[in-house]
Amino acid sequence: MRNTRATQLLFELSHPGRRGSRLPACDVPETSLDELIPERHRATAPTPLPEMPEPEIVRHYANLSTFNMCIDTNFYPLGSCTMKYNSKRNERLANLPGMVDLHPYQPESTIQGMLELLHQMQQMLAEISGLEAVSLQPAAGAQGELTALMCAAAYFRDLGETRTKVLVPDSAHGTNPASANFVGFDTLEIKSTPAGYVDMNDLRAKLDEQVAVFMITNPNTVGLFETNVREIADMVHELGGLIYCDGANMNAILGITRPGDFGADMMHFNPHKTFSGPHGGGGPGAGPIAVTGKLGPYLPSPVVAKDDTPEGPVYRLDFDREKSIGRVRSFFGNVGVLVRAYCYIRTHGPDGLRQVAENAVLNANYLLSRVQHILPVPQGDRCMHEFVASAAQLKSERGITAMDIAKRLLDYGMHAPTVYFPLTVKEALMVEPTETESKQTLDAFAETLFRITDESPELLHEAPHTTPISRPDEVTAAREPVLKWTAAEN
Amino acid sequence: MAYFYNTPQDQAEMLKAIGVKSLEELFASIPAPLQLDRPLDVPPALGEIELTAHLQELAARNTPATANVSFLGGGSYDHFVPAVVDYVASRGEFYTSYTPYQAEVAQGNLQAMFEYQTLICQLTGMDVSNQSLYDGGSATAEAVLMSLAVTRREGRVVTIGSVHPEYRQTLKTYLTSLGVELVTVEASGGTCDLEQLARVVNDETACVVAQHPNFFGALEETDEIAKIAHDAGALFVVAFDPISLGVLKRPGDYGADIAIAEGQSLGTPMQYGGPYLGIMAAREKFVRRMPGRIAGQTVDRRGKRCWVLTLQTREQHIRRSKATSNICTNQGLFALRASVYLSALGPQGLREVAELCLQKAHYARGQLTGLERLEPAFASPVFKEFVVRDRQHDVDGLVRAALAEGIFAGVPLGTWYPELSDCLLVAVTERRTRQEIDQLVAALGDRASSSPSSAETASYA
Ligand SMILES: Cc1ncc(COP(=O)(O)O)c(C=O)c1O
Repeated sequence: MRNTRATQLLFELSHPGRRGSRLPACDVPETSLDELIPERHRATAPTPLPEMPEPEIVRHYANLSTFNMCIDTNFYPLGSCTMKYNSKRNERLANLPGMVDLHPYQPESTIQGMLELLHQMQQMLAEISGLEAVSLQPAAGAQGELTALMCAAAYFRDLGETRTKVLVPDSAHGTNPASANFVGFDTLEIKSTPAGYVDMNDLRAKLDEQVAVFMITNPNTVGLFETNVREIADMVHELGGLIYCDGANMNAILGITRPGDFGADMMHFNPHKTFSGPHGGGGPGAGPIAVTGKLGPYLPSPVVAKDDTPEGPVYRLDFDREKSIGRVRSFFGNVGVLVRAYCYIRTHGPDGLRQVAENAVLNANYLLSRVQHILPVPQGDRCMHEFVASAAQLKSERGITAMDIAKRLLDYGMHAPTVYFPLTVKEALMVEPTETESKQTLDAFAETLFRITDESPELLHEAPHTTPISRPDEVTAAREPVLKWTAAEN
Repeated sequence: MAYFYNTPQDQAEMLKAIGVKSLEELFASIPAPLQLDRPLDVPPALGEIELTAHLQELAARNTPATANVSFLGGGSYDHFVPAVVDYVASRGEFYTSYTPYQAEVAQGNLQAMFEYQTLICQLTGMDVSNQSLYDGGSATAEAVLMSLAVTRREGRVVTIGSVHPEYRQTLKTYLTSLGVELVTVEASGGTCDLEQLARVVNDETACVVAQHPNFFGALEETDEIAKIAHDAGALFVVAFDPISLGVLKRPGDYGADIAIAEGQSLGTPMQYGGPYLGIMAAREKFVRRMPGRIAGQTVDRRGKRCWVLTLQTREQHIRRSKATSNICTNQGLFALRASVYLSALGPQGLREVAELCLQKAHYARGQLTGLERLEPAFASPVFKEFVVRDRQHDVDGLVRAALAEGIFAGVPLGTWYPELSDCLLVAVTERRTRQEIDQLVAALGDRASSSPSSAETASYA
């Protein structure tokens, strides 16, 4: 039963004089504000925040939360986002006071356990990536891309080379070209073949000595392993360029193959995907990067170093790194996410990590095999951890779009796949089931798709029918933006 | 493994349906020479009981700020987090969902975002807010990138030595790859040297970046900085302390064009430096150059009020290399925490928290600088943080002495400012009691009188 009173905006619920907190009385001798803060700096009116008691805040948010689909409640096959189960033990452990109540500038002697964990994390990520050096600093995958490209730029500056270009496949995630742009590179798109791979001819045509980095996503965005990756890497290396691997899809290859082994010089991890960090309605993530030995000196500072002493290992932050690009954010990194990722890796161990990949790939292929006769998968009948189906045929024959299918799935209690991405597939539905789903759930999803594609197009155009709202007017939202509540308007 | 469903029998059935014989066959597209022919060299798997013991053992080798008495600040603070914040943020519907690509099943998140944007505008007096950036440091860099785009000036960016050194380092890293000159104005008196600022800001300057209260806790002459920036046609970017706005004027009231902040103070635990909350608010006319996600109000097909992600043509998934930023995953959960925190405090609570910080910090400053050994480093008015100078030049000794008493005394400034290697940055939040402050004073006072030897060593340092 929906409580629509409680889900009004905070500001509509506000009532003068109500409050949700009580602060202690001041226990030090007080000085008048006039003496402490010159008048020109002082607020002239109270901050106009809402006024509400605690129960009302709880009821508001508890009710609002019921409007969200989430992994805890629903199948969430949002391609490229690896929406796998978020382990509850990781939440509990990351919230131990000895993990969560640590200040970033505490003396190192008081955080030896944390530094050991982070040092271990550096080593485990190096091993999983097949690369030598790791920085845990970047705050998300996109910042990992940016950071690694900055390292590459610094590396080429040191070599005295001015390389201006970064190559990016046309199917790449938008963060790739955007990151390249903010490091001052020109991005050139490399075409994909109809089969979904990097077009080697287009690559040959665009590859020259001006190319600093080729950013490859492997497994790629249509869910295929780039079989030519080694050859691509050799071609790029031959001309002195570097290979960046977008590691967002590591879930498919944990313990099976490693970016360092297939020719990558740099990569980022998305621990919020691969290592199950909760996505928090949009974040947080983390974006640790791993690089080859020759790029290691350029990584941001600090990194965690281990000194072996007669009393045992001592961990410290190493800032003394003359070639480092500097910092890309304040403090050490998104440690809370890294602690959860650490718990995840330790829970799985070597065999478990491989089984993650095996089951993720098994689930995706099983689902693909069940749905492809209804929703063709242009890039073949096998995939890695995800596949991209196309509603193009349904659209031309019956007017049913990828959006219609996505919206109707919501009525059946399933989150929609990623739609209209990658741009290389028409009417794309990008499906990533992950390994933490059962065959029964996959069957139910497939059967739901069959049912939907049998429904009347008119019904589908107006879907969803059972959700609190349906088909919001996005055009007006963008044309006449209302980006905050104001007393006058509402 | 606890999180998998597939039994060997399930696997067999699924493989058969796919039409392959083995799991290995599913990976046949990976050329054999590229496949790893050994297990990963990571430690063996742990069950929940063993993992719990392991993490508890690691945690036991850390001293949480809650076990000690903490006067550490410098951008991350031991402010109190009400339980209601943890409760809301730990609801799976919030923390296990993702970016609201499907508005129909994400109205909870979208409305919470719209509320957050409103709260940030109320807090700052700015016109528009985005839905979060990573943290204070990268928010500084993003604000500067935005200023370059808005002003179409790529010649110079001016900042001040009193801005958080890690924000400035971040900025420097970002600007190095773009070839934009970064000029840093001195703050040797603890606040911006306004004359020097006026000299270096020119008509190629995209923006002036200040922090108020600044890294030393001191108040900057924001009106004058704003005037210098605006007279040259540059933007005024200010990094503010959200808690300080319980007593201080809001950025929107003193002429800021872009206001950014580390939002950790608003209900996020310190967790060794992240994940935190990058706040960014700006003047209305710059909204189409803002980085990050933004929620907007609209109506659905039945005319019902609702919220969606909007102005997405700014973003990387649409605009690719021309996007206003590369940010994708943000800090949504901490924006939610900030909203719950601000709602729980309300105007009165925010003012009280700010006043407690202010009063306690001044009490601590008075008591500490009453010691023979310590003196105030700077004269400017401060909010909740201040710098003391050790006449005996042994800040490390002070830190150690306090630590022996279970106190984190503060942040030594020598790390970033060689000329302030005899200085300690002390932060006092509303959580600190008079008794704790007196303990700090006693610990540093005893140390000052009882160990002349360390004073001697220090004078050679
Ligand atoms: C393929 C790919 N690359 C990069 C990213 C960017 O990562 P993040 O969102 O962590 O910044 C994503 C995810 O959103 C992705 O799916």
